[in-house]
Parts: sequence; C-alpha cells; structure tokens
Amino acid sequence: MRLRLEARQQPSRTMQWASPVLAAVLAALGGGVVFAALGHNPATALATLFLQPLATLDGLAELGLKATPLLLCAIGIAVGVRANVWNIGAEGQLTLGAITGGGIALAFGGDGHWWTLPLMLLAGAAGGAFWAAIPALLRTRFNAHEILTTLMLSYVAVQLLGWLVHGPWIDPEGFNFPQTRMFADDALLPVLLEGARLHAGFLLALLAVPLAWGLLSRTATGFRLRTVGQAPAAARYAGFSADGAVWFSLVLSGALAGLAGVCEAAGPVGQLQPLMSPGYGFAAIIVAFLGRLHPVGILGSSLLMALLYLGGEQLQVTLQLPIAATGTIQGMLLFFLLATDVFIDQRLVWSPRHA
Amino acid sequence: MHDGFALLALLVATLRAAAPLLLAGFGELVAERAGVLNLGVEGMMLVGAAAGFIATAATGNPLLGLLVGALAGALMALLFGVLTLTLRANQVACGLALTIFGVGLSALIGLPWQGTPITGLATVIWPGLDRAGPVAQQFMLLDPVVWLALAMPFLVFAFLYRTRPGLVLRAVGESHDVAHALGYSVLRVRYAAVVFGGAMAGVAGSYLSLVYTPMWTENMVAGRGWIALALVVFSAWKPLWLALGAVLFGFVTIAQFHAEAFGLDVSPHLLATLPYLATVVVLVLISRDAGRLKLNAPAALGKPFNAAG
Amino acid sequence: MTARLALTGITKRYGAMLANDGVTLSVQPGEIHALLGENGAGKSTLMKIVYGVVKPDAGEIAWEGTPVVIADPNAARALGVGMVFQHFSLFETLTVAENIALGLGSRQPMAALVAEIRQVAAQYGLAVEAGRQVHHLSVGERQRVEILRCLLARPKLLILDEPTSVLTPQEAEGLFAMLRRLAAEGCSVLYISHKLQEIRALCTAATVLRAGRVVARCDPRQETAESLAEMMMGGALAPASRPAARQVGAPCLSVGGLTLPSQEPFGTTLRDISLELRAGEILGIAGVAGNGQKELLAALSGERRAAADMVRLDGQGIGALGPAARRALGLAFIPEERLGRGAVADFTLAENAMLTRLDDRIAPHGLLDLKAVGALAARLVARFGVRCASIQAQGRSLSGGNMQKFIVGREIDAQPRVLLAAHPTWGVDIGAALAIRQALQDLAAAGCGVLVVSEDLDELLEIADRIAVLSGGRLSLPMPVAEASVEGIGLLMGGAAHAPAA
Repeated sequence: MRLRLEARQQPSRTMQWASPVLAAVLAALGGGVVFAALGHNPATALATLFLQPLATLDGLAELGLKATPLLLCAIGIAVGVRANVWNIGAEGQLTLGAITGGGIALAFGGDGHWWTLPLMLLAGAAGGAFWAAIPALLRTRFNAHEILTTLMLSYVAVQLLGWLVHGPWIDPEGFNFPQTRMFADDALLPVLLEGARLHAGFLLALLAVPLAWGLLSRTATGFRLRTVGQAPAAARYAGFSADGAVWFSLVLSGALAGLAGVCEAAGPVGQLQPLMSPGYGFAAIIVAFLGRLHPVGILGSSLLMALLYLGGEQLQVTLQLPIAATGTIQGMLLFFLLATDVFIDQRLVWSPRHA
Repeated sequence: MHDGFALLALLVATLRAAAPLLLAGFGELVAERAGVLNLGVEGMMLVGAAAGFIATAATGNPLLGLLVGALAGALMALLFGVLTLTLRANQVACGLALTIFGVGLSALIGLPWQGTPITGLATVIWPGLDRAGPVAQQFMLLDPVVWLALAMPFLVFAFLYRTRPGLVLRAVGESHDVAHALGYSVLRVRYAAVVFGGAMAGVAGSYLSLVYTPMWTENMVAGRGWIALALVVFSAWKPLWLALGAVLFGFVTIAQFHAEAFGLDVSPHLLATLPYLATVVVLVLISRDAGRLKLNAPAALGKPFNAAG
Repeated sequence: MTARLALTGITKRYGAMLANDGVTLSVQPGEIHALLGENGAGKSTLMKIVYGVVKPDAGEIAWEGTPVVIADPNAARALGVGMVFQHFSLFETLTVAENIALGLGSRQPMAALVAEIRQVAAQYGLAVEAGRQVHHLSVGERQRVEILRCLLARPKLLILDEPTSVLTPQEAEGLFAMLRRLAAEGCSVLYISHKLQEIRALCTAATVLRAGRVVARCDPRQETAESLAEMMMGGALAPASRPAARQVGAPCLSVGGLTLPSQEPFGTTLRDISLELRAGEILGIAGVAGNGQKELLAALSGERRAAADMVRLDGQGIGALGPAARRALGLAFIPEERLGRGAVADFTLAENAMLTRLDDRIAPHGLLDLKAVGALAARLVARFGVRCASIQAQGRSLSGGNMQKFIVGREIDAQPRVLLAAHPTWGVDIGAALAIRQALQDLAAAGCGVLVVSEDLDELLEIADRIAVLSGGRLSLPMPVAEASVEGIGLLMGGAAHAPAA
C-alpha cells in the first residue's frame, strides 16, 4: 500500500473553507515550535501572541488600526490575482500614496481648508494608482511581467521616500532626524474612539469589502476580470480585453494601496518617516490568499494578520522575542495554506501497490 | 599606470558584485530549463546568507559557512519542491511564500549574530592578504567563489548542450508529458534541478554575508534574488546571455558606489534606485519582442505535472 | 506459433469509469493487428498499458510466451516494443537527432547516431533531416521522426495510435507500404484506428473494443465497412437527416484577399484567402491540422484583426473588429477546445452561459441580472439536452459531449447570421455527435450560414454542401460535395494545384 493524491471529481467545498483555518492552526503550532526553539514556553508565547491583544478594548482598536492597511492592500491584490495579474508591489504603492498624500498635508495642512483631508486621500490613491500604472503600461505595451516590475518599483519607492525625508522634506527643527514635521490637525484622520488610535480610515477599508464583492460577483466588469484570470483563451474567444484587465486591476489595487499609505501617514504615524510600513504590502499577499481571494474572507484574514502584528509587538515587549519571529509565522501561514489548499481539488487515497 | 590600476579595481569590483547574480541566476536558469519557476530566489539567498554567516561565526571557517549556506538554500528549495512538484501547488504563489518565509526566518535566526565580526574568506585563503601589494591584493579579492561564479556559464552550457542528462533536463522543461511518455522521471529531474537552484542561491547568499560585505544584516540580499530572476528572463534562458547580463548588473551596482568618484553629487538614496530601475529597463527591452520570449522559454515552465493524467 | 504479445484479462479503472474491462488480445509475429473502437472505447488506455505508461489494475501480459511486468516505457522498449503516439510525442525545440536520442535511451555519441538515422531513414524511405528542429517540420515529417525513433530501436512490436489522422490520403498510402514491409520482415504491428476502410486495406487481424470490453475478433479483409461499424457501435445507426436541397440565399460572410502573417512562433501564415459563405449552406473546410485552420478561424472570429475589408458580414467590413463586436453583428463561433476556451472549467454553467452572451439583457448598465443569467442557462440545458447536476454545476464536471452540446447550444441560441464551428464533434460520443450534426443542419435550414472546419473528412462529406481545402495557409476553391472525391480532396490536402479537382 502507498499513499497517493487523487483528483476529486468536484472541488471540496468543505476544504475550501477549512483550509485557511487548518493553515492558521498549523502555523500556530509551527510558531509554538519556533518559540520553544528560542527557549520560551510555547503556551505562554502563543497566548501572548493570539489572546492578550484581544483582552482589552484598546487592543481591539489597535487590531482594527493594523487591519486597515492590510485589508486595503489585500483587496486590491485579490482582485488582481482573480484576473491573473500579480501585483506584489503594494508596499511601494503604499509608500507612494504616503508621499503624495503627505505632500498635500505638508503643503496645505494647518491652513484650515475643509478640503485638505479629502484631497490628501485623493492624492494618496492617485499616487498609488500612478505607481501601479507604470507596471500596467510596461506589461500591456512592452510585455514586461508585472511580478518583477511592481517589486522593483517598490524598492524604488522606498528609496524615493528615503531621499525626501533625508533631504528636501526633512523637518528643519527635527535635529536632523530623517522625518518630516508632524502633520497639522486638519491633515489628520479623525479618531473613532476617544483615546485610541483607530481612525476613519478603518471605515474606508470596511467599505471596500462590499464594493469589491459587488464588483467581482455582480458586475460585467468583474465577470470579465475573472474570465481573463481563469482562462485567458476563453477571454480572447469571448472578446474580453486582457490589457483592460491588467490596467483595471493594477490601477485599482494601486489606488487602494496608496489609500492605505496616506491613511498610515495621516493616521497613526502623523508624519512621513523613512519606512511607512512594517511590510504591510507584502503581508497583504498572504492576507489575500488566506482570505480565499474573496473580499469577505479577506476581512477575516486581515484581522488575523493584524493580530499577528499586534501579538508580535506584545511578544517583543513582554518576552523580548524578536519581531522577526512573527515574520516567520507569516511565511509559515502562507506555506501551510498552499499545502492544505492542495486538498481542495485532490484527496489522499491508499492505493495497493501493483505486483 | 594609475589609470590601469583603477581599471583593474573597477573590473574586480564589478566581477565581485556580479558573482552572486551569476550563482543565483544560473541556479534558477537550470531550474527553469527543467520547467520549474521558483520565484523564491530572494528567500533562499537570505536563508543561505544567514545560515552561512552563523556557521562561519560559530566555527571560524568560512568554507564551512559556504557549505552550510548551500545546504540551507537547498533545503528551502526542497520545501518548494515538495509543495509544487509533489503536491502540485501553484508555483508563483509558492515562490512568493518561499521569499516571505525566507525573509522572516533569516531575520529570526540571524538576529543574535547581527554585528558579530567574522573572518572573511579572502583572509582565510590568502594569509598574506594584508601584506600583499595593491595589485596582488586586487587579484586576491577574486576568491574561489568568484571563480566558480565565472565558470558557471561554461559549466552550465556544457551540461545543458553537451551531456545526456542536460538533454533530458531540457526535454523535461520542454514537455513533461512527452518526457514521461518516453519513460523519464519528470519529478526526479525537476527535484534535482530545483535543489541545485536552491544550493546555488544559498552559495550566492552566503557569498554576500561572508565575502562581499562581510557581515549579517536583516534583508541584506536587497532584491538581488529578484534581479537574478529578471536576468534569467533577460537571457532568454541562454547561459551566455545570462553571464553578460549579470556582469552588466555588477557594473551598475558598482557604478552607484563610484558615482562620487566620477564627480556626481546625487543623493545616495536616488543612486540606490539604479539597479532596480535598470532591471525594469532591461525587462522592458527584452520582453518587447513577445515572439522571441515565447520561442525560447521552456514550454512547460510553471505548469504542474501530473503523472496520472 | 507463440504469440509475440498476449494480454489476458486486462482491467483498468479511472474513478467510476472502467476504461478496460477484462481485455484479452494476442498479436502474432509479422501480423498487422487492428485495434478498433470508437473514441473512448479504451484503445488508448490499453496501448498505454502495453507501453508501460499506465499500470493495469488486473490482468496479465505475456511477451513471446513469458509473463512480464512492464513497469515503465523503458521496460517496454527493452522488450522490443515501439510506440508512435497520436499526441504529445516530440519536443518542438529540440532537433530530430536529439529527439531520437531521447527516445532510444542509448548513450552513443551524437555523430554515430546521426549516421545511423540516415541509414535507417534510407532503408525505409523516411526522408528527414537529422539536424533540424522539430518545430520546422510538417506534421507528416514529424510522424516520420516518431517512426524512425521506433525503428532505430529494432522493435519486434510497433504500436501506432491513429497514425493517419494527420496524413493526407497519399501520405497514408506511403505509410501502409512501409508497415507492410516491416511486417514482412517479421515485426508485429498493432494498429489503432476507427477508420474502417484503412483497416480493411491494411490489417490482417482485428480486435474490436466497445466501452472497454472486447466485443469481437475478426479478419477485417473478410468484413465490410458496415459490418465493422456495427461491431464497433453495437447496432446500425441512422445518419443525420440531410434535406435533399437546402434553400441557399445571398452571401452572408465573404472573405477577400485575406493575408495574415502568423503571430505564433510555430504558426502558419494565411495567404490570399478568399471565400464566400451563403445563407443557408454549410461550407466545410478540410485539411490536415496545422495548415492554417487555427489562424483562419481566429481571423474570422475576430481574435486576430485584419484590414476591415478583408472580412465582410452581410456586406459590412468587419475585419478590424474584435470578437465581441462581431458577435453583436450576428457572428457566432464554436471553438476547437471546449474547456479553457469555449467554456471555463471552474465556472458554473450559468457563468459559462454568460461568456458569449454578455449583452444588455444579461447585464443592464454593467450589472449582472442573475435571474436572466439563470434563465438563459436553464433554457440551453433544456433545449439541447445537456446532462448536468444543475446550472450551478462546474464546467469541468460535465462530460465532453455534454459540454460541447452546451457550447453549441449557446451559440445557436444566439440566433446568429453566421456560425463558425471548429471540429464540432471531435472527441464526443456518438450520440452527442449526431445531435450536434443535426443541430448544425437545422440551423443551416433555418437560413444561417455555417462554416465547419474539420480534419474529419467523412464528417464534412456527410454534412457540408460545399468543401474547400486549406493547405499551407492557402484555401482552394470550394467544390460541391456531390462532385468531390476523396482522392481529389486528398491531393489538395497535400498542396496540389489550387483548382477544384473534378
């Protein structure tokens, strides 16, 4: 007898939803192993990671805060992957959104205009969309694959921000620290809970969930996108434009990532710093897959990933565990998900060995 | 005479900068010629860099470090192989996962060793390095790893086009169904190619942490794995073009550090964007001709193989 | 005499389907043995078992009287079995010599191998250049490479899977001569086919498979095509009804001076193609695969654009329009591949119904009307007898025949002015094939112009009113079916003069 994989006749609906849960559990177990290897009690560490942040209202607010950029970026990435467009440079689009939105804040903040904040959000989205439009142009016009171009451009965006905060936009009264001055009050997003950092950007991110769901499952545009992604030859046959799908999904996901960037700048950070995100743009790739590329699923997975970030900080404070430990768990999460996903379309069977 | 020395120094620096790209690039080229697209080069390089550094710092032997780096890269690739070859998961997604995992894992295991001084490979191999004349020193900087990297184009070319296993590997990358029907073990060939790619990425990474810098910092590979991937596309999967591309990029990397010497006063941040922008430009130039890419790309690249079907 | 190959009780199951059910078969030395059966009868599975590609669930194989286990193709080759596959058999970007080297598993130097290839090629009259890359070769030449690859291994049993499906009738004659010679030298030949005439002409013994079982053994030289067909299909079949004469109207689709260079690396360039399709007729386009069929269909459907005037629909130049715009003007298209092109495997039937019907009724203001979508899908399923669990079933859960009925139905239901159909019955069961042919006939009778591209000449002769032949990217003048002969069409398929062969 030996174990082998056999194709299922129908994909398993159960596994479709059980797989992310299973992956999360396996990643938690894997995390326990990592903590034990680092010489900590895995139970304590896991409790600190997953439970402690949820114990207080403040913790829940922080969860929403961290979920905001993840949710925005992941929804854009998911729409792209549904169309077989791989935007893995959300980090760069987020950074550019922070730059453009932050630029508006630095220029008009404190002048008391009602339009400062809306213009910032618009500029942030436009900045991210512009940064993603470059790979779209390169893909449709020159056939250069977006996986590499979006990624290369995110390195460029981070360096661009580095140049700005070290040079032209540096706070003149900031003792030469590489950062801009703090944004004025009218250039900051309103806080939702008194005393917490959770801001109005969270509502924008929540709003993106039903909109993206409607787009994908209730509009002709969404249907065309999915067809291009699932079966390019069928899309050509039907007359759906592949180039259109590339432009649409990259610009949309760039705009969402840019929005995430300006929300970070005008939210918890309140200024521009050399690094506007602890890797939200990359973690959002995991979030998108963990959420089954489905907006509602992504809402759940973004909260889980936010918990991982939050718990990671707790671990650093209480157990002096490196923040990199959570990065490892993030990676494991995606690995386990991809592995358990295999069983959606296939199942394990024992087959007798032939004579 | 002085100009001649400057030229020599520039050449040596270029080759040293090109070495990791050559190593990782040729590893990936072999994997892709076997039909497997592994986007996890960056992650494998990072884990190789961290593991190699730790082994060196712990034992004082950089040669052992290189070996451990290669092993670590190979293990990462094996993980990728199990997922994509045995379990037939999506290669693009798994490659991304490998990189994300590698970034986290390398940061975690490397953390206690950040800032630890180590003996560089050159000092170990050339005990007289400090006392040698400047010209001799330049040549000593070309250590065995650089020579290995420079030999890669010829070795891989000879393997692919002059040996039977190379022919089989190309055949598997061209059509796994035909290869299977003819009785070749597609999975065995692909596992071997992927693990070789991982080992080379591991060596490339540990070259960075043991020789090039030499130190360990988080995320120190800084996109070189992705550049190596781009170079494979640029080369249209042809060894000699890949060699040319890697050396060209080595030069771009070096030019960035020598900009001041050329009398350019530009922010280091903007100069640091050069290799990434150059990658994009090269990709655009090379991808423009879709027909050429289609003709040269291994036809089975990225497609899962199912022996039962 | 000991049989060269004897199979006893071979059984192979794929999930719920029994591909082979207790198959027993023996082949004598020097015999040309036909394995006869419809698509899906289990011929290919049985041959893959003999060649070690697939392992049987039960049964025994004896080779020259000795029981053997054929674990993989290497073991089969070591015994002396050679196989010429129908599909997936050569590496496009490798040279002829490299392909042969891979097939032989020998380690002799390339130069010696090339010399041997030349010698064997000359011996059997199989001219090919050893140093050329396979993608430069014609389909017939590729088959010669495959056969050479087998012959160099000095086989005792040569298996050929539907070898003439890619050949012109004249090329097929050459192949038969070579096979007879090989058999005379003592090599056994197992010849898989569903073409009755050629089996009667070539083979000296036959085993007939139906639904995985052996249903008959015979000497095909003693049988008629009709009796062989009855064995194969299990009863006499009524051909699709063909109206004595259809009402043919004005030209609805006309193509003039269509020249298009190929975009694909291994594609065919279309050269100065002209044709006129009239309302109410079925025009058949015959030809060996790879002679520009894909390219012509792409240019007609709009997947490839040309100059506006090169393609006209009811007099309007549509050459520069895309597929969706052409469809809106009344041009429907049934593509060659079902899953992945005509339908999406992971989409539900409801979604697949939308694929080519995404108009204002289905999606007013760009918002999907799910009720209308469901009604459309349900109508297609009911009207064309598509067997499926529900309209929420995924495309890939349907059998090939049912998926094709759904696609054909979807296009016919759009009430097109012109319908293009590529290989409409390829690989579907007989029942579905009959239904599809009838649907095409009915559509033409209702006044639609139907253009059918097919490699199956018998099918074209059965349903088409006129036939034109595509060869090397050029299209011959069409001839009425009544005046067409297999030989004449065969000559045109081989690239003979572009005039109607009387």
